[in-house]
Amino acid sequence: MLDILIVGSGGAGLSSALSAKQQGATLKVVGKSYPTASQTSMAQGGMNASLGNVTPDSVQAHIDDTVKSAHGLCNQEFVKWLCEDALSSIAWLDGLGVPFDRTKDNGVAQRQLGGASSRRACYAQDYTGLKILHTLYDSCLKEGIEMIEEHMMLNLIVEDGVVQGATFLDIIGGEVVEIRAKATILATGGYGAIYKNFTTNSEGATGDGVACVLRAGGVVSDMEFVQFHPTALKSSSILISESARGEGGYLVNSDGERFVDELLPRDVVARAIAYEISKGKEVFLDIRHLGEKRLLELMPQEVHLCKLHEGIDPAIELIPIKPVAHYTMGGIDVNDKLEITGLKNCYAVGECSNAKIHGANRLGGNSLLEIISLGRLAGKNAVGCDCHRTTNNTSQLKTDKEFIEGLLEEYPWSQNFYTIQNELGEKFYNHVGIVRDNNQLNNTLNELRVIKASLDDMGIGDKSRKNNTNLVDFLQFINMLEIGEVVIDASIIRDESRGAHYKTAFPKEEDKFFKAHSCFWIEEGVLQNRLVKVVS
Amino acid sequence: MQIEIKRQEILEDFEILFESTTLLKALYHIKNNTDNSLTFSSNCRSGICGTCAVRVNGKEVLACATMVNDGDMVEPLRYHEVERDLKVNKQKARETLKHSMAWLERSQEVSITKSQVAVTEKQSDCILCDSCYSACPVFEVNPNFIGAFALTRVYRYTADPREADIKASIDAIQTNGIWDCTLCGECTAVCPQGIDPKMDITMLRGTATQFGYSDPNFQAMDFGFGGGF
Repeated sequence: MLDILIVGSGGAGLSSALSAKQQGATLKVVGKSYPTASQTSMAQGGMNASLGNVTPDSVQAHIDDTVKSAHGLCNQEFVKWLCEDALSSIAWLDGLGVPFDRTKDNGVAQRQLGGASSRRACYAQDYTGLKILHTLYDSCLKEGIEMIEEHMMLNLIVEDGVVQGATFLDIIGGEVVEIRAKATILATGGYGAIYKNFTTNSEGATGDGVACVLRAGGVVSDMEFVQFHPTALKSSSILISESARGEGGYLVNSDGERFVDELLPRDVVARAIAYEISKGKEVFLDIRHLGEKRLLELMPQEVHLCKLHEGIDPAIELIPIKPVAHYTMGGIDVNDKLEITGLKNCYAVGECSNAKIHGANRLGGNSLLEIISLGRLAGKNAVGCDCHRTTNNTSQLKTDKEFIEGLLEEYPWSQNFYTIQNELGEKFYNHVGIVRDNNQLNNTLNELRVIKASLDDMGIGDKSRKNNTNLVDFLQFINMLEIGEVVIDASIIRDESRGAHYKTAFPKEEDKFFKAHSCFWIEEGVLQNRLVKVVS
Repeated sequence: MQIEIKRQEILEDFEILFESTTLLKALYHIKNNTDNSLTFSSNCRSGICGTCAVRVNGKEVLACATMVNDGDMVEPLRYHEVERDLKVNKQKARETLKHSMAWLERSQEVSITKSQVAVTEKQSDCILCDSCYSACPVFEVNPNFIGAFALTRVYRYTADPREADIKASIDAIQTNGIWDCTLCGECTAVCPQGIDPKMDITMLRGTATQFGYSDPNFQAMDFGFGGGF
């Protein structure tokens, strides 16, 4: 039997795979797209490690910045472990061949990102995530790691609370298959795509792993904490990296006024921009003063994206921007061994998980760090996982086969789910977004429940078995609805403002009640919740 | 405006309602509103995940980074198995990375300068969109050719000061590799990242010569003196 099944082939999945392989485990990495297509490729700014190559820095300063940004909702011991491990993670990537930029003293170059007390983010131009991901991929090929593409996870296989593997839709062939393993690692990414058309995330960031854990009876937590990136292109929601502000870019409104310190944490800057927009003003990023030569050297990708999607040249024109959903801090609840609460032999890592590192707001540069450091940790821990005797009960496979058959044969197509998905994305942006209000949250929840109840009228127009991307889109939409409900529920419960979660009626942090993780799980078909206090 | 999309060898017309939009948005609009079964691949929308490459009017482009024009003819990448409509299977192309050992074979600790990073900065911008693979005429005659993106990647690692065993991958690219390239530059012309694989292959030929290899085509040439020199 396979030792480890890794679901998701982005930076977290591939790091897990390399670390597990190094320890002699047999494993498979399974993803719904190609490994190099994952969200990791989109990370631009950098990866934090307190090397102090450019300005003085320390592990303690990195810890302090991370804890401050988390607003009380982190596991400080685990943050300490991560910030210490950052140094060896950079060395590990360097050894694999990641082409980090260098200082004039030949050290790894580091840049300033928001909320950091030093130039801490190691970078490779504005292609940091791309170059890390591709180097990990090359390393996996070298190690002969089996990577199975175009398989979308449908459900975890669970017997007596022990995860035995997962079922998948083979997108190419259209069959439902199961892959069993002694231990399963979920590295399936975040759920930012619930804010469809109002997110920097890729189309595939639909939180499939989070939804699978919910359906399997596991716990998810802090789902209300969604980071909005201050600077996405206005008309396309394409990300303009924080490094644009780190390198000296200004934010100005349509009156030409600067209105916020650009290097404050993302939640503060995003709210300041949202406030300007609510007053009817437009907001722009101004990087003209950096000059064309320097722009092309520091952020060639941004220059290209501005020209293509906004039709402007940032060397001579202002860049129209708006804040959009960027990163989901919440996710599958895990302990500091990355084991999923409520499920055995199953781990979660990366954006799909809530490892209590980012808390209420993630610092720029900590997400790449998390997927590498904790990715390696997940691989190591899963190798040491106690093996439980497994059975060959195929009831999950049978259920999932029947469900897919039903979609292909029975569901009508009286309502176009794509239209509903687009409308819902906008509602999430406006009502479950940067500034929240209980009335609007409740209304959106009711609308979402109506949509869920009418799923039987939707279904797919394309009934082909093979290469049916319409089917994949619909399965993702179902996951988005399940996750969206928890995001709204969690937002309603948290009557305070903390980090990325802001309610006008409750503008302050209320530690007495809410210095706590909001935990959700399904019991006998009903969504349950509990606030679990942070012990510090 | 109207565009044509090649679906299982048949050209089908589609009406696009927008005046100015990317091809990817147009494809989504068709799938979401007109024909759910239109099949294509995409992910990031911002030209970085390498998923949405197709051919427009005979030239490889990223659908998310191309404005659509009236009369455009859209078809899947060449030399890939077409799974459905514009969606192709990239597994065979990806195998070339293994054949060419496009990785850091034996890592050594060395000091790296800014200018050394700059040498392969462009090459490591590759997003594996397979545009160069589709544009390469060599596949017409040799389906086992390693191809541009894998060779560029080999160059990236062989030019990296951290590589202590350059010979391993130089050995791996002798058959169906650097000498099979015609240096026509079609790969360079279509790369969305501005990479120049033709130049990388030329550089690799130079390195291979240092390891005692020479152009087998040159050896096989007959100048009327009974072959070779």
